Amino acid sequence: MSGGFFHIPSDLQNTYFGLVGLHLREALIPVAAGLLIALPIAQLCVRLRWLYPPVLGVTTVLYAIPSLAFFVVLIDYTGQTETTVMIPLAVYSLVVFIPAIVDGVRSVPQETLDAATAMGLGPVRRYLQVQLPIAAPAIIAGLRVATVSSISLVSVGMLIGNQGGLGNLLHDGQIYHQNRLIWLSVVGTAVLAVLVDALLVLLRIALTPWMPRGSGSRRTKAAGARPGTDTEARPEPAVTALEDAVR
Amino acid sequence: MIRIDSVTKRYPDGTVAVDRLSLEIPDRSITVLVGPSGCGKTTTLRMINRMIEPSEGTILLDGADITKQPVNTLRRSMGYVIQNAGLFQHRTIIDNIATVPRLLGWSKDKARARARELMERVGLDGALAKRYPYQLSGGQQQRVGVARALAADPPVLLMDEPFSAVDPIVRKGLQDELLRLQAELGKTIVFVTHDIDEAIKIGTMVAVMRTGGRLAQYAPPAELLSDPADAFVEDFLGTDRGIRRLSFFPSTGLELTTTAIVAVDATAEQIAARATPDVPYLLVTGLDGRPLGWSAPGDLTAGAVDPAELLPFGRPFVHGEESLRAALDGAVLSPTGWAVAVDREGRAAGVVSQQTIAEAIRTAHAEGRDAAKVAG
Repeated sequence: MSGGFFHIPSDLQNTYFGLVGLHLREALIPVAAGLLIALPIAQLCVRLRWLYPPVLGVTTVLYAIPSLAFFVVLIDYTGQTETTVMIPLAVYSLVVFIPAIVDGVRSVPQETLDAATAMGLGPVRRYLQVQLPIAAPAIIAGLRVATVSSISLVSVGMLIGNQGGLGNLLHDGQIYHQNRLIWLSVVGTAVLAVLVDALLVLLRIALTPWMPRGSGSRRTKAAGARPGTDTEARPEPAVTALEDAVR
Repeated sequence: MIRIDSVTKRYPDGTVAVDRLSLEIPDRSITVLVGPSGCGKTTTLRMINRMIEPSEGTILLDGADITKQPVNTLRRSMGYVIQNAGLFQHRTIIDNIATVPRLLGWSKDKARARARELMERVGLDGALAKRYPYQLSGGQQQRVGVARALAADPPVLLMDEPFSAVDPIVRKGLQDELLRLQAELGKTIVFVTHDIDEAIKIGTMVAVMRTGGRLAQYAPPAELLSDPADAFVEDFLGTDRGIRRLSFFPSTGLELTTTAIVAVDATAEQIAARATPDVPYLLVTGLDGRPLGWSAPGDLTAGAVDPAELLPFGRPFVHGEESLRAALDGAVLSPTGWAVAVDREGRAAGVVSQQTIAEAIRTAHAEGRDAAKVAG
């Protein structure tokens, strides 16, 4: 037993911060993939209203499938790899992203859309230059939930052979009877989640200088009420993370 | 000229929004579509820039069918102003205004320079350029909406209840501003409103539409007030259309009594000379010629006129510039029953009795009837 507080058992063949990097990669790539998949699906749901309820139903059912079940199926195709961990995480993120994007895009006031159409913006320009930027706060709110939940979920990857980033330490802590490793895993994951969430808040502030700030009445009457874009109206990422941890 | 040729809009559920509507919208004037909700006025407006496609009929712009050119090219050649402005909340004021020039491929600098020019034109402080829409009042946002519509200098301006969502004082300001802008720019404006007073104030031509999308009457405002086509139009115009019609008669022909005016420093002889039996009151003016108030000749003491003791003179009207309505209003408001006419500088030009105004109104009506006969 050599080394300090952050020493990691040699069976993991990694340093603590190496595990942090691994953990982040396994958590963030699925979120990015989920966002890319959710954007076109959400746009379809906005265009075809009838599609939205069944799509929501499907994503909810997928979210209800335990990750272990996913692993059992996926291992046949992708083996005991990071990919096997990341695929379920990407699928889970859809349950957050699709409603966030749909609500965000729908919250764009009708007169804004009419004005865009009347000025000769075609459907693509209207989507990219008007709907998506105005939906950005809602999308980033979804991104926060999805990211934090993904960071907490990566740990289950330890079940398929040390593919769980910081979660691998939980297993090692048990077999080597070292509580220090368990603390390193749990606190490390939590700190990671809080830091990444803070970064996303900064991202939102940077991307949306046009949002009314300050406490109390957040929006002027003239700017119009836009339900669904308030980050406050969404479940707190930390709460979701706890729920996910329970799974 | 925009020519709407027996256009019908029928929805799949059978609702008819516009029913065989034909209108000729003259160039460089304001044509107002007015009517109760559900009369198809907004639908008509939106068919002009093809946000809604007609079920039957054609719309011609300068003789060419509007469906013959790419829809976005058509739209970029028509400014569009909407209720609540419909600004892009995620873009600064200057970038909102520069939207269409940018779409037309102008450089960013050129588009922004144009946007600044327009901000000034519509009466917006240049300091607002970098602000976002939520930081502006409703009236300011609407001005941005107008500037944005004018940005690429389109020949046609479509306005859909643009001033309905602002308070009456701001609305009056915006209406005056629009008339001023129109005098400078001479656009072909199609303006939708449900407010008949707004229609009469700003319209060169007014199309009154009724529920079911049918045209009830298409006429200049004065004609609408004098000869409503039917009971529906008459009812829609409201109760005091006789009074409102006076707005269209100039006060130029009013014969003023100029002898009933004395200056505040008048001598006893001057007062005695001005007091005639047919003038029960004298108008006292200050040394600058502005009216101060009325007084009975007997109550005036030369050299000791106290302006505070004079009777109020109501609201004066600018002779030759304001209408008979303003003159009549002045006479009704004045406790003496005489209206005070002033020149542009506010100096008293004369006084006029209710009887004289009533005669002028009768004359104006008679002339209007003769003109109608000649035209008919």
